[in-house]
Amino acid sequence: MTLEFFIGHINYWLFIVLMMTGFYIVVSAGNLVKKVVGLNIFQVAVFMLYISIGKVTGGTAPIFPTDRMGKIKADPEIVYSNPLPHVLILTAIVVGIATTSLALALIVRIREAYNTIEEDDILEIDARTARAENIIHGEAMGGRA
Amino acid sequence: MKEHHLILRVVTKSLVGTIILFAFYVQFHGDFSPGGGFQAGVIMAVAFILYGIVFGLHEVQRVLPAWVVHKLVALGVLVYAGTGIWNMFLGYEFLHYGSFTPDHMSHGQHSGILYVEAGVGITVTGVMVAIYYAFAGRTPRLGNDDW
Amino acid sequence: MATASETPHIALTLRDHLPILQVLIPLCTAPLIVLLGDRRVAWGLAFLAAMLSLVVSFLLMMQVMDGSFISYHLGGWAPPIGIEYRIDAANAFVLLLISLTATLVLPFALRSVADEIPARSHTLFYACFTLVLTGLLGVVATGDAFNVFVFLEISSLATYVLVSQGLYRDKRALSAAYDYLIMGTIGATFFVIGIGFLYMTTGTLNMADMAERLVGQGDNRTVQAAFAFIVVGMGLKVAIYPLHLWLPAAYNYAPSAVTVFLAATSTKAAVYVLLRFMFSVFQPEFVFDTNLLLWILAPFALLAMFAASLIAVFQTNFKRMLAYSSIAQIGYMLLGISLFSVTGLSATMVHLFNHGITKAALFMAVGALVLRSGNTFYDRIEGMGRVMPLTGAAVVLGGLSLIGVPGTAGFISKWVLVQAAFEAGLWWIALLIVASSLLAVIYMWRVVEILYLHTPHPEAIHKEAPLSMVIPMWIAAGACVWFGIDTSLTMGAANTAAIGLMGGTDGMALTPTVGGLLGNGH
Repeated sequence: MTLEFFIGHINYWLFIVLMMTGFYIVVSAGNLVKKVVGLNIFQVAVFMLYISIGKVTGGTAPIFPTDRMGKIKADPEIVYSNPLPHVLILTAIVVGIATTSLALALIVRIREAYNTIEEDDILEIDARTARAENIIHGEAMGGRA
Repeated sequence: MKEHHLILRVVTKSLVGTIILFAFYVQFHGDFSPGGGFQAGVIMAVAFILYGIVFGLHEVQRVLPAWVVHKLVALGVLVYAGTGIWNMFLGYEFLHYGSFTPDHMSHGQHSGILYVEAGVGITVTGVMVAIYYAFAGRTPRLGNDDW
Repeated sequence: MATASETPHIALTLRDHLPILQVLIPLCTAPLIVLLGDRRVAWGLAFLAAMLSLVVSFLLMMQVMDGSFISYHLGGWAPPIGIEYRIDAANAFVLLLISLTATLVLPFALRSVADEIPARSHTLFYACFTLVLTGLLGVVATGDAFNVFVFLEISSLATYVLVSQGLYRDKRALSAAYDYLIMGTIGATFFVIGIGFLYMTTGTLNMADMAERLVGQGDNRTVQAAFAFIVVGMGLKVAIYPLHLWLPAAYNYAPSAVTVFLAATSTKAAVYVLLRFMFSVFQPEFVFDTNLLLWILAPFALLAMFAASLIAVFQTNFKRMLAYSSIAQIGYMLLGISLFSVTGLSATMVHLFNHGITKAALFMAVGALVLRSGNTFYDRIEGMGRVMPLTGAAVVLGGLSLIGVPGTAGFISKWVLVQAAFEAGLWWIALLIVASSLLAVIYMWRVVEILYLHTPHPEAIHKEAPLSMVIPMWIAAGACVWFGIDTSLTMGAANTAAIGLMGGTDGMALTPTVGGLLGNGH
């Protein structure tokens, strides 16, 4: 692996580091809000990947000049960047906002119901509920809930 | 609840109008320059959210009640979809803006984008403000000594 | 000055608009419900939208049964530049399943939702429901890779909301919805990464165009990575065995009506996307070369069939048991894919439909039991089959179909699957299919025994469920029998779909029946 290869793919390296950072936070964090933050970093990493692949070396903003009649007169000499990934990511950002706000709304309700936003505590409360159900319903059936 | 500092209140009051004006600028310049419904909607929502943060949720909801916000969210989507359905009634594909002016397709494209972006702007404003209302309205009231 | 094209424009008729109407009707209904903001109107509009979608999907199905496809260009932009909706036998079949389930679930939901969710949430509940419907129909109808992601997220986000509405009965619905959200978002993001890699390689987002450009790209690392990301991402949504952890809690704690709809449609739409990407976008040869199917997918499928069925045997809650059974049934669908033949794919497609209606019938019975008994723990539903004869009988019929008894829909799909296993020369897989069906006998018999051979619980309401629940339940249960005897619709569509899918790129480039031609028509 030469240095040129490394530098030439710098956007991919950054994407991988950022993505795995986010993914690690989602998996490891015990706090529900921190999980959402991790999820955001994870998504943003993907946004960065898309945006970086839209770059064309030496490319300018992809807006075609028009004449007075509204006819496009694009100069074939000019190199334009690819706008499509940006548009896609605009959509993905909107999806990300919706996901984040829904997750936070759920966390608010979880906090109201459980009085905690630590995953360990929630699991423990759930396990206790399950044990109680097991005693009520399971023993009657001679099985486990 | 104690009121915020005087400077904050005065600056906010003068800023809100400018922000809304800028939102309209971004909205209507969307088809010539960077901008459009998404950005304009967020900027527009910022005006209301800023007002809400400084003067309190109750004050901003006097200007823009929560139920209006919910209807705005739905209205924007309907404006968007309605534009497409209109195109369908004109005998073209869904969202084929050219159908507005069949003799000069690119004019139709311009007006179509304008309607659709208006829908997007309305919805994004609504959604952003609705999110703010939902979270701000749910917080248990903190006294000034709880900070 | 005038830039109108030389050929005069022929106005499109309603028939040409069917592919977009499929998605547009529920899409417009959701905001309309919010705008009107009345909960009685909300239900009516949602039901109207579902019925209209059913009509549209039926008309589409009739048009593409012969193996042709319909291409609809959004905004008049021809693919591959514009977004294309492309209906062929494979997705028309899934569209029919989704809209049929929605039409059945909504009458059922009227009482069930009134019982389980406070009245003030009803309007938004039905708005979310139509959004889920929009998303699922869109995922299936579209021919644009990124559009799949957008619709997937529309349906997923609305689904998380619907699942969380179970909180009025059990607060664990909230943590279930949260877990589902985290897993689902990771899945969707993986899927986007995959699409990004494909876009890097091909420079297009149109699935048919992508497929053509991917020919001979089997050694390309980017394409292989894209394949891995898409399979894992979709696998999370499908709940392929090791990625299934969100499913039992989400199904168990969601309101009954939501569980019916989710179990019958959402994983099925995800299976469809997986199929579409594996076979239409990536070439079957590519998938075959990597040997992924038989040696990676099949073991997980078998594991799902046995492990999930075994877990189901030891449950003490009917609803939770059915959730685990769903994971096992997804195993059968994956097994059909991994056998890699037209017969195997037909088995997957037909099981997708048959399992959808079977689980719809069973989960509707669960909803009826919840209404009368309060919950579905086995000690609470004891003897309810005697006081609710119609519900009990629907459970028996659904159970028979789940096991795969001859004369039911479940038998057809398992029969085709066994055939596919023999065709591939893997007789031991056929044996394992039969063996895992025996596990289904155990867990279903346990429920039937509890429903009929005990005295009813004194605290339960000893009354048959209302007609608005029983009728949809019996339509679904009757469908289990109908499609077990008359297989012309299901097997016919599944076969056409499977042939189309196995055809790879060729399967995507047949001559369209309406709309523009996509370059090299066959």
